[in-house]
Amino acid sequence: MDNKIKMRAQKVNFFYGKVQALKDINLAVHANCVTAMIGPSGCGKSTFIRLFNRMNELLPHTLLKGKVFLDDLDINSPLVDAVDIRRRVGMVFQKPNPFPKSIFENISYGLKVNGVREKDYIAGKVEESLKKAALWDEVKERLGESALRLSGGQQQRLCIARCLAVENEVILFDEPCASLDPISTAKIEELIMELKKSYSIVIVTHNMQQAARVSECTGFFLLGELVEFGKTQDIFTAPKDKRTEAYITGRFG
Amino acid sequence: MKQALVQRLGFGLLFICITSTLFFLGLIIYFIFTRGISVISWVFLTQAPRNAMTAGGVAPVIAGTLYLTLGSMLFAVPLGLACAIYLCEYSPKGAIVNIIRMSINNLAGVPSVVFGLFGLAVFVKFFGFGVSILSGSLTLGILALPLIISASQEALLSVPQSIREASLSLGATKWETIKNIVLPTALPGILTGVILSIGRVAGETAPILFTAAAFYLRGYPKSVFSEVMALPYHIYALMTEGAHPDKQKAIAYGCSLILLFLVLFISGIAIFLRQRQRSYHG
Repeated sequence: MDNKIKMRAQKVNFFYGKVQALKDINLAVHANCVTAMIGPSGCGKSTFIRLFNRMNELLPHTLLKGKVFLDDLDINSPLVDAVDIRRRVGMVFQKPNPFPKSIFENISYGLKVNGVREKDYIAGKVEESLKKAALWDEVKERLGESALRLSGGQQQRLCIARCLAVENEVILFDEPCASLDPISTAKIEELIMELKKSYSIVIVTHNMQQAARVSECTGFFLLGELVEFGKTQDIFTAPKDKRTEAYITGRFG
Repeated sequence: MKQALVQRLGFGLLFICITSTLFFLGLIIYFIFTRGISVISWVFLTQAPRNAMTAGGVAPVIAGTLYLTLGSMLFAVPLGLACAIYLCEYSPKGAIVNIIRMSINNLAGVPSVVFGLFGLAVFVKFFGFGVSILSGSLTLGILALPLIISASQEALLSVPQSIREASLSLGATKWETIKNIVLPTALPGILTGVILSIGRVAGETAPILFTAAAFYLRGYPKSVFSEVMALPYHIYALMTEGAHPDKQKAIAYGCSLILLFLVLFISGIAIFLRQRQRSYHG
C-alpha cells in the first residue's frame, strides 16, 4: 500500500429511498493495485463501487451523503460532469452486456462517443484492446460478426476490451465472473493481474478465493458497513474483527 | 388419469379455436378472391376509371391510398417516436406520466368516425386545408399515433437496462446512448408497430370520409391540397351509389382484393421483421 491513493471515499452514506444501504464508509483505493470488496449478497459492496463512476445517480430516489474523490477531484461536485468521470473510471458488469452490434463496433463505440474519428487509429486501438483482453486470437477473423454470438466468457472479455479502449485510469469490476465457468474465470483473473500494471482496479466478488488470489487490499462489507479493510493477506490470515473471521471461515454468507 | 383427460380436452378446445379462426380467415380470402379476381387485369391496375366507374381501372385509387398512407406516416412516425422516447427515457416517473399514458391508450379507443369529424372540424375547416390529401393524412396520422406510441414504448422498454449502463459507463451521454444503442436495438420493434399501423391506416374509411375522399375524379391528384380517391371509400361508393350496380359490384370486389393483399403484404413484412429481431437477440 505504498502506491499513491487513486480514489477515496470519505464518510459515505447512501440511501435507496428511506433504506440506508451504506453507513459511514471511509476507504482508499491505491494506484496500480487490485482492491477487492467481499461480503454476503445485499451487503452494499456493488452499491459502493457504483459510486466511483456515479452510476447510482441513474436510479431514482437515491441519496448520497459524503464525498468520493478521484485523485483530488470531488467527483460529485456540481462543477464535475458525470460523463467526464465515467470516461476516466470504467466499469465491467456482473453479466456480460455487449451491445447488439459487431465485435468491432463494440470496441470502437467508446472511442466514437469520445470524439475519436480517425479510422486507422480506431482500428489500431480495437486490435490493441482485444489483445490486452486476451481475445484477439479468438476473434481476429470475425470482427464483423455480432458480439452476441460469442460465448459468455468471450463476451465478458469483450466488455473488458471495450472498457480498455477508452483509456481510463480506474476499472471497476462488479462480480465479473459471477456468470462464468472456471476456465473463463481463470482467464479473467489472469487478465486482472496483468491490467493492474497500468490501471487501478476495484473488484467486487462473492468468491473469497478470488479475492485472495488477485487482490492486494480487501474490504469486508456487512449490512452496509465496512467491517474491516486492509491488506488482503492480513484479512485472510489474521482478521481483527470476529465477523470477518466468521465470514472468511465460511460460518455465514 | 383424470388430469390427462382434462389436458386432452383443453388442448382439443384450443385446437378448435385456432382452426375456426383460420377457417374464417380462409373464408374471407376465398370469398373476396373468387369474386374479385375476374376484374383484375393489367388495365385494371394501371388505368383510371372511365364511364362512371364501370370501365377502365383503379390506378388513381390505389395511388390515393398510397399517398394518404405515406402522408399519415410522415406525420405520425416522427411525432409518435418522439413521444415514446420522451415517455420512456426522459419523463420523470409519476402520476402525470401515468395520466399521459392512459390518455394515449384512450385515444386508441376512440371510434374512427369521431376522428373523421375531428379532422373535418380542425384540418378541413379551422386550418382551411379543405378536403385534401393533407387533411386526410393528418387525420389518419392522429388515428395511428397511439398505435405507434405504444408499439415504440414497448420496443424501447424491452431494451435491457444493462446495455444502457454499459454505454453510459463508457462516457456516452444520455442522448448518445439513446441514439446509438437504444434506438437501433429497439428499431425492429418500432418498425413492426409502424407497419401494423400502416395496415390499419390503409384500410380506414371513416376518417377520410369527410377529410380527403372524393367520390369520383378524372385522374391523379395534383397536390397535397387535392381531393383524392382511396380504396376503402371507393369500395363504399361503388356499392352504394351509381347506376350500374352489377358492374360496380364486380369492381368493388376487385378493389377489396387489392386492398386485402396490400394489407396482408404489409403485415407479412411486419412478421418478417419480427422474426429477424428474434434471431438477432437469440
